Amino acid sequence: MHRTKVRVVEDALDANNTIASANRSDFDRSNVTVVNLMSAPGAGKTTLLERALEGLADEDPPVRVGVLEGDVQGSFDADRLSVLHIPVVQLNTDNGFGGECHLDANMVRSALPAVPLDDMDVLIVENVGNLVCPAEFRIGEDARIMVCSVTEGEDKPLKYPLMFRACELVVINKVDLLEHLDFDVDRLEANILQVNHHAKVMRVSAKTGEGIDAFRAWLQALPARAGATA
Amino acid sequence: MHEFDLSSAIVATVNKHADGRKVTHVTLRIGRLRQVVRDTLEFYLAIVGKDTPCEGATLEIIDVPATLVCKNCQNEWEIEIPAFICATCGPGAVEVKTGEEFMVESIEVEDEEDAACTAPR
Repeated sequence: MHRTKVRVVEDALDANNTIASANRSDFDRSNVTVVNLMSAPGAGKTTLLERALEGLADEDPPVRVGVLEGDVQGSFDADRLSVLHIPVVQLNTDNGFGGECHLDANMVRSALPAVPLDDMDVLIVENVGNLVCPAEFRIGEDARIMVCSVTEGEDKPLKYPLMFRACELVVINKVDLLEHLDFDVDRLEANILQVNHHAKVMRVSAKTGEGIDAFRAWLQALPARAGATA
Repeated sequence: MHEFDLSSAIVATVNKHADGRKVTHVTLRIGRLRQVVRDTLEFYLAIVGKDTPCEGATLEIIDVPATLVCKNCQNEWEIEIPAFICATCGPGAVEVKTGEEFMVESIEVEDEEDAACTAPR
């Protein structure tokens, strides 16, 4: 018996990225633009969607949106979105180490047969609430965005640069609470731009609706953007 | 906490290249921007690698520093904190040069020595 050194030089996430590419091909075939929506638990992803997606199919331009809801367990978020009368598919991750803390390309792939891609222009994949793992795993998305709330702390971008650098849009949520908090939202925005100069930043309140129009406009512009790069 | 899933990805990559042979040593190249906690990764690798060809393999991790380059002034520098800003030109043209690596660099495997040569000809 002797030992042989084998040169590998392979990204350990290549297997995930290969499946993400397969997902992407399926999305492209159906002309669906896919958004990977991430945040810490409780930042307000679902509330943002409840507020922002209503009636988008009746706007000009009309945008048909569907949601793939990633959660460790349960269908609480999907149930909340069902009143919007849009396609919502629940994806639970509780088949791993007590429930996976993120979605990876293979989990999304396994859910795709249940997603009516031909009935939508934009698919929003609501990832599991977590600021670390979701940033590592591509799922075949066109855009990665995150929600960061003002109850979290101005230094979050400096603690989780991997996540903040992965996203092209950061939605600062719960700004209606600012008057009650000792929170410097300008400092948060400066910290976001310090780790990701290219990020677009929006300030919204999913509760009052403040700033939601800008987020709706961003969603509405997505299909045209994908078409331009296709 | 992402170390568990990263461990699974590493073990899958290692075992694919081991092609059924016993793995005795694994060398990884991990950039500082990946925010991987070394001790946690080692802990999970031992768990995930159990009952696979890489069970018991020794581990070597090459730390890659986080270095940036400004495409405007071509300045290159290493960062210790997440500040992606050029001191001269600001943040507009700053790119990551190193620090995002998450590679299996090499593995050492046990070969059935000269199995082919000692076989009757």
